[in-house]
Amino acid sequence: MKARTSLLLGSLSAALVALALTSPRVIAADKVDPVADAKAFQNFFFQKFPDVKHEDFVNGPYSMNEDMKRQWQEKEEFPPYEFALDAGKEMFSTPFKNGKTYADCFANGGIGIRQNYPYFDTKEGKVVTLELALNRCREANGEAPYSYVKDEMASLTAYMAFTSRGKPMDIRIPDDPRALEAFENGKRYFYTRRGQLNFSCASCHVQSPGERIRAEILAPALGILNAMPIYRSEWSGMGTTSRRFITCNSQTRAVPLEPQADEYRDVEYFLSYVANGLPISGPGARP
Amino acid sequence: MASSIRVRATSNGDITEVQTLIQHPMDTGLVKDAKGALIPAHYIRELKFACNGRDVFVANWGTAISKDPYVKFSFKGAKKGDDLKISWSDNKGGSDETTAKIA
Amino acid sequence: MTTHTGPHPTRRLILQGAVSVALIGLGNLPFAPVRAAANDKYPEEAFKLKNEADAIKALYGRTAEPSDKIKLDAPEIAENGGVVPISVATTLDKVTTISFFVAENPNALAASYKFPDGTIPAVANRLKMAKTSNVTAIVEADGKLYSATKEVKVTVGGCGG
Repeated sequence: MKARTSLLLGSLSAALVALALTSPRVIAADKVDPVADAKAFQNFFFQKFPDVKHEDFVNGPYSMNEDMKRQWQEKEEFPPYEFALDAGKEMFSTPFKNGKTYADCFANGGIGIRQNYPYFDTKEGKVVTLELALNRCREANGEAPYSYVKDEMASLTAYMAFTSRGKPMDIRIPDDPRALEAFENGKRYFYTRRGQLNFSCASCHVQSPGERIRAEILAPALGILNAMPIYRSEWSGMGTTSRRFITCNSQTRAVPLEPQADEYRDVEYFLSYVANGLPISGPGARP
Repeated sequence: MASSIRVRATSNGDITEVQTLIQHPMDTGLVKDAKGALIPAHYIRELKFACNGRDVFVANWGTAISKDPYVKFSFKGAKKGDDLKISWSDNKGGSDETTAKIA
Repeated sequence: MTTHTGPHPTRRLILQGAVSVALIGLGNLPFAPVRAAANDKYPEEAFKLKNEADAIKALYGRTAEPSDKIKLDAPEIAENGGVVPISVATTLDKVTTISFFVAENPNALAASYKFPDGTIPAVANRLKMAKTSNVTAIVEADGKLYSATKEVKVTVGGCGG
C-alpha cells in the first residue's frame, strides 16, 4: 500500500513535470505578454511610490519632490510652452499650399487624438509616431518635412497634446506578430545598458526616479511620454520625444540614433503602452 | 505676426491681478554661441502697464531676467472691461505694445 | 572791465560752497527727495555695477535695514538657474519701489519695479542666477529702505554652457 502510493505519487509528479514542460501556460512566461508587462510596470511604480497619486506620475520629477513641485506650479501659472502652443495652434489651422490642412490627415481632424500615438501600422509593419505622421502628412501634401527634434514639430505636437489633455493613454497592440516584436524590441532597448556610463534607460528612470543624478531629479519612466513635448529650462526651449531620447543617449555617453530610428519608435511604443490609462499631460515644462 | 505679449488680467472685486509673459531672448551678452562668438546683449529694459490713462506698474529690467520674461502684480481701481495697455522697449531699440481687456 | 560785469571770484566760491553744504544737509534729511522715485529714467548705472552694495547705493543712495514685514519667496534649490521663480510681498505702507538683487551675478541688480498709488506692494518674477547666491529684495516704503534676503542654491547655472 505504502509502496504503491509512493509509486503512484512518483508517476504523478513525473506526469506533472511532463505536463509542465509542454503546458502553454508555462511557456507563456517566455512569450511576449504586453498586458502582463504593463501591469507589472505600473505596479512597480505604484508600490515604490505609494504616496504619489497614479495620475501624478505623468508630471515627471515634479511628482517626486515637493520643493520642485512648487516651482513648477508657479511656472504653470503662465507656462513657458505658451508661445509654442499658440504657434502650434496657428500652424495646425493654416492650410498647406494645396489648400488641405493637418486635420485632413488625422482621425477626428487631429483634435484629442494624442493618446493613440504611437500606433502600429499593420500595412507598413512598423510603429508610427505622431511626429512621423505629421511629417508624412506634410510630404503627402507637397510640403517639406520639419526637423523632428524641436521648433515647428514641437509646436505642432504641443497643440495636439494640449487638445488631448486628460485623456488616458490608449495604445493598442494589434494581433500581428510584428507588433509584438516591436513592443519586445522597445522593451529590450529600454532595459539594455549602453554608452560609456553603461546605463540603460531603466537605470535612471526605473531604479532611481526621485533621486538626484548630479543636479537633476530623475523622472519616473511611468508616464514620462504622456507629457511630451516639453519645454526644458535646460534647453531654453521646446523639444519632442525624439529630442528627449537623443539627449538621454548622449547624457549616458552613448551614441544617439537618428530621430525616428526603428529602435526609438519601438521604445516609444513600449513606454507609451505601459503607461496606458494614465492621462496625457503635454505639453509639459521640465527643468 | 502674433504679439510678443501674453496677458491675463482678471478682476476680483476691487483688485485686478495681472500676469504677463513676453517672448524675448533676454540675452545677457555673456554667453557664446556654438561658434564661440559672444551673443550680444539683447534685453528688455522697460515694461509699463497703464490703465485708464495712468501707469499702474513699471518694470526696469537688466539681463538677469529669465528668457521669455514673466511678471505678476495686482492693482486697485479698475473694473471688468477696462483696457490695460502694456508696452516694452529693449536695449536695441525694439519695442512692442498691446492692449488687453480686464476680464 | 570784466571785474564790473561778472560776480566777484571770491563771492562765487562762497556761493558754490553754500550750495554743496545745503545738498549734503538735504541728503541726511528723512524727507529728502528719493532718487529712484524722483527719477523716472532707466537706472543705467545701477544695472552696470557688479557689486550689490554699489548697485544699491547707485539706485537708492543709501542702505537698507532688514525687515520682517517683507516676505521673500524663493526656492531652497533652484531647479534651473536660468528660471528661478522669486516673489516678494510686504505689509509695509506707502511702498514706492521694490528691487531684486542677486549678489553673485555678474551684475547684482536684476530688476526694479515702481508701484504707483493703488498698486499692491507685491511682485512675482523669474530670474537668472549664475550660481548659488543670496537674493535680496529691497522695499522702498515711505522714503525708507527695507530688505529681506534668502539664499538660493543653484546647481545648474543660468548663464549658458
